[in-house]
Amino acid sequence: MIEGIGVTDFIVVATIMFFVGVYGFIVRKNLITILMSVELILNSVNINFVAFNKYLYPDLLQGYMISLFVIGIAAAEAAVAIAIILNVYRKLQGIDVEHVDTMKY
Amino acid sequence: MELSTFMIMRNELTLIAVVLVLLIAEIFSTKKSQGALLNFATLLFAIYAAIGFLPGSEGEIFGGMYRSTPLIMVMKNVLNVGVLVVLLQSQGWLRKPENENRALEFFLLTFSTLLGMDYMISSGDFLMFYLGLELATLPIAALAAYDVYRLKSTEAGIKFVLLAALSSGILLYGISLIYGTTGSLYYDEVLGNLHMNVLQIVATVFFISGVAFKISLVPFHLWTADVYEGSPTNVAAYLSVVSKGASVFVLVTLLFTVFKEMVLAWQPVIYVLAILTMTIGNLFALRQQNLQRFLAFSSIAQAGFILLGMISGTQYGMATVIYFVLVYVFSNLGAFGVVAMVKNATGKINIDDYDGFYQTNPRLSLVMMLALFSLAGIPPVAGFFGKFFLFAAAAGEGHYWLVLIAVLNTIISLYYYLLVVKAMFINRSENPIQAIKGDGLARIGLVISVLGILLIGFYSPVFDWVQAVSFGL
Repeated sequence: MIEGIGVTDFIVVATIMFFVGVYGFIVRKNLITILMSVELILNSVNINFVAFNKYLYPDLLQGYMISLFVIGIAAAEAAVAIAIILNVYRKLQGIDVEHVDTMKY
Repeated sequence: MELSTFMIMRNELTLIAVVLVLLIAEIFSTKKSQGALLNFATLLFAIYAAIGFLPGSEGEIFGGMYRSTPLIMVMKNVLNVGVLVVLLQSQGWLRKPENENRALEFFLLTFSTLLGMDYMISSGDFLMFYLGLELATLPIAALAAYDVYRLKSTEAGIKFVLLAALSSGILLYGISLIYGTTGSLYYDEVLGNLHMNVLQIVATVFFISGVAFKISLVPFHLWTADVYEGSPTNVAAYLSVVSKGASVFVLVTLLFTVFKEMVLAWQPVIYVLAILTMTIGNLFALRQQNLQRFLAFSSIAQAGFILLGMISGTQYGMATVIYFVLVYVFSNLGAFGVVAMVKNATGKINIDDYDGFYQTNPRLSLVMMLALFSLAGIPPVAGFFGKFFLFAAAAGEGHYWLVLIAVLNTIISLYYYLLVVKAMFINRSENPIQAIKGDGLARIGLVISVLGILLIGFYSPVFDWVQAVSFGL
């Protein structure tokens, strides 16, 4: 426990991070930045899990465990996504999301 | 750990063994033995699928994180059959020169996703569920981008992987709220602590939207058409049948078990999603020319019909959902199988190209016709019974307006399915698609689909068998 900081403060930060991530996912044009927005979402989830675990259920470990797994899977996701982004770069000489529009409607 | 513990996980362990054997076999393979290796891989999977039908033991292991029940075994068998047919159909495509030396990757990625789906369906807590979901999602992105030399395939891959990551982030946020309000990730403990408070309702909605992405329900469907169109046809078939089926299974089990107490929260959500999905999927399917895109929108509309069984919340409703997915596996794979065969032989994919298809390929066009009739729900074939049971389940709980909208949507869908049938049988063409001679395995795949379409509807023990293992709210 940190003196003077309650569980609500963590949840507020996590929620703001989550929606910043969603906003960035929608607004950003660069594929790498979109991927970074997704990482922001996943990390906000991690804050949630760890804060809930620490403050509300201090004698359990499930929140810590799942956040470790989320970190691992986020790395795997980034690896797959970046591999495909590289492929996009080779084809289009750019990673702007507006170029990836051969299929629509 | 005793042997009996492992027997509960028999399905997954056998699949892991198959993957390992294939990985080792690939090290020793040469260019010449590629074809034999593919046959070997298909044979191994067929043996694995057959083992799945042997009676298995049920129970929980790993402290309840993994569980197996007769219902779960039925679901896994349905998925195995679907994957087997996809594998049979994709042999011709995998043996093309451009796929030389990397055809086995298709098998390995497919098996990994299937493993993820199995774990997802068998999960007893949200951690296992999430791991299974990710294992079922990430390799699909690689599969969608499998044709590295084609821009469209890459585009499908990037669209899929980014949107899948976003949706799993949203789903995880929902799980984190569930953890915060209930103090556990185990389904059994979560179940006792859900009391419809505001945070839990938000969590349920986030959770449903995460899974709805995988089933491509309407506000979350925008990736579907692009990914299906861009990815190789056989991968699109896999996505539309196996991946969607697994997510439907897991959604229906979780809504009926873990979110049982939240029924007042999720029922209206599913109601609205069902109406939107059926209607928008159908309306967009009307204007498609590309058959892969057409089947994508048709599969969105089918997902809307599946929700009708879910909304009833009865044992009968769950049985209809599983039965419909079983029928849908065969019908959609029949349609995709023909499309894939034609595309691999001639590169033609538009509905116009199918003008006069019956003159040159009478048998293929019959298969296609049966599959489309089954998707549309025309009486003698299995699709009719599937839809009829779904509507009966929803009407049995008094959702008459929903059933009315669904019936109207069925009529709309009849129009566009029959457009394809008309192109094949009635329209004349100067230069129709030449006679296609598919390879033997692909033909076996089509025969299995046709048998499924024709027999499942008339063989009533199938439905009884499914209903016996289902459960209601």
